[in-house]
Amino acid sequence: MKSLSRLMAVTRKEVRQLRRDRLTFAMIFGMPMMQILLFGYAINTDVRNLKTAVADESNTHLSREFVAQLGETQVVDIRQRVTSSADLEELLRTGEISIGVAIPSDFDRRVIDGKRSAVQLLVDGSDPTVLGVANQLRNMPVSFDSNRRAKEQAAVEVRPYYNPERRTPVNIVPGLMGVILTMTMMIFTAVAVVREREHGNLELLINTPVTSFELMTGKILPYIAIGLIQLALILAIGDLLFDVPVRGSVLDLYIAASFFIAANLALGLFVSTMVTTQFQAMQATFFLMMPSILLSGFMFPFDGMPVAAQYLGEVLPITHFIRLTRGIMLREATLGDMPFELVYLGIFSVIAMTAAALRFSKRLD
Amino acid sequence: MNDELAIRARGLSKHFGSLKAVDHLDLEVPKASIYGFLGPNGSGKSTTIRMLCGLLTPTEGSADVMGYRVPEQSKELKPKIGYMTQKFSLFGDMTVVENLEFIAEIYSVAAAQRAARIDELLQKYDLTAQRKQFAGTMSGGQKQRLALACAVLHHPDLLLLDEPTSAVDPQSRRDFWANLFRLAEGGTTILVSTHYMDEAERCHRLAILDHGVKVADGAPEELQSSTGMNVVEVLADNPYRAQTVINSIPVVASVTQLGIRLRVLIPEAHGDALQLVNQTLSSNSINAQTRIAHATLEDVFVAVTLRPRERAA
Repeated sequence: MKSLSRLMAVTRKEVRQLRRDRLTFAMIFGMPMMQILLFGYAINTDVRNLKTAVADESNTHLSREFVAQLGETQVVDIRQRVTSSADLEELLRTGEISIGVAIPSDFDRRVIDGKRSAVQLLVDGSDPTVLGVANQLRNMPVSFDSNRRAKEQAAVEVRPYYNPERRTPVNIVPGLMGVILTMTMMIFTAVAVVREREHGNLELLINTPVTSFELMTGKILPYIAIGLIQLALILAIGDLLFDVPVRGSVLDLYIAASFFIAANLALGLFVSTMVTTQFQAMQATFFLMMPSILLSGFMFPFDGMPVAAQYLGEVLPITHFIRLTRGIMLREATLGDMPFELVYLGIFSVIAMTAAALRFSKRLD
Repeated sequence: MNDELAIRARGLSKHFGSLKAVDHLDLEVPKASIYGFLGPNGSGKSTTIRMLCGLLTPTEGSADVMGYRVPEQSKELKPKIGYMTQKFSLFGDMTVVENLEFIAEIYSVAAAQRAARIDELLQKYDLTAQRKQFAGTMSGGQKQRLALACAVLHHPDLLLLDEPTSAVDPQSRRDFWANLFRLAEGGTTILVSTHYMDEAERCHRLAILDHGVKVADGAPEELQSSTGMNVVEVLADNPYRAQTVINSIPVVASVTQLGIRLRVLIPEAHGDALQLVNQTLSSNSINAQTRIAHATLEDVFVAVTLRPRERAA
């Protein structure tokens, strides 16, 4: 009973101080909003309107029709027309275009013949994304007979599930929840503990009957609430601005988030026991942020990473949380479908919390 | 354990690497008294206080504090002690009342008595006008009074004060000591560290620390009457020249200038100190008045901290 009231005293104090720290308070809401806007609008892997030039050496009815079709895909934005493929190479080199469409003078014959490809795309392949987009254009049918064109069947048919419009925010926002929560939860807890050490408050506190457990738990409780508020904020903005769906259960999402927040707070506490100044705490959390962004599957598909990087990614709590959020929000999965991910977050929290409590002793030496 | 003693330490040592911050300290602090630690910075005062409240683990030795063994029973000891850190360690972004409320909650002061106790402390420590002020914006004296109010809020039997007056003006110091005497009369044992002589003089008992070693202890008067030194006060026309001359006497332990006076310490073993000084001065034809003076605490301090060096020489 005494223990609980001491714990609540610490929590009340923390909330009080947090309310007075306007900048930190603003960051609680400002950071998720800015990140979701930046990531939501700036990152787009479904590239359109690539700068393009056309060298139509054939200039027949068919070639002009083909160029018009190309423009209609919106993948390319035809800005210039030149006379030869040599001109296209020059434009590529100067960076004025990303794609050059070279239509040879015997275009019609090649189409009828069907043995050789009729059109050459010169692509600035230094950016693999652009190259990938250009590859989509390979499947564009060309024929004199419009009926035959419709009948043509590819051997492989792609049916995009879950995100048929291929909108990047649908993939980014669920992952972004993980990134934002990692950042704020870890920084806030690490700094909250280290600040007291720096200000000398800790020397006073550890001379009172308050225990390490009460102190630690009391300090992180407000941040759990903040984490859940941030989650609501991200979901709301994701829905309003980017039309990101929550197909599964919101309750499942919040349960997953609670486990994830606990994992990050525990990690933040652990960091706080390793460092002595707020500046070091910031550096340490930043150090942990980079792998969280890059190796978690947030930015790049997990399967594409080297095996070593995948192992490293598996250690990070965010990797498992992103699998959970994408599963619940986009694939309508339930927690029961992905039990391991949740269990891992639980185990991680317990280990990190134990390590933090062991390292934080009520002594100065 | 003796019921009359609040603290008893035997062979208490703390080493930081090769530095012996505290070296085999024996300590007996009687209950309901003010016990002082006098010593320069780095003499081991803070380290000792931190060991006594369980903040630091002794490298060697042990202590009984209010009937508890430290560091083993420091958890049980915590509610019995109040601790004032050297640096202000309350929350600057909370008001005076908020700080007191927080401390009251931490020490589980019953909610019914909390408000009354806080009001009482605000009055006693003259903080009523500052009750809504942020602690971080107060003056040194006000901060110190708040820190003391927080340290005594839960009626501790033992108060540990680590250089409590280092950041306050003389008037605040006087008021602060008046408060300490009041607390001691009420039965609280107070251990206070300081590097001010006048503060040390107010303690009931005193230990002088130097480089982690206790070089003397006792009541201030006892210490002053048992320095083993004769003190000669010299009032010379040219104090600087007089000092140079007296310093050249081999048996002189120390010469200190206080304004236009010199205080000369000569070990009692070397006979008539006054005659020795007079002879030296007149043979160097320096005009001066001399007299034997009572040892002050500063003389004691100089005498006891000189000894190791004297021995080495």
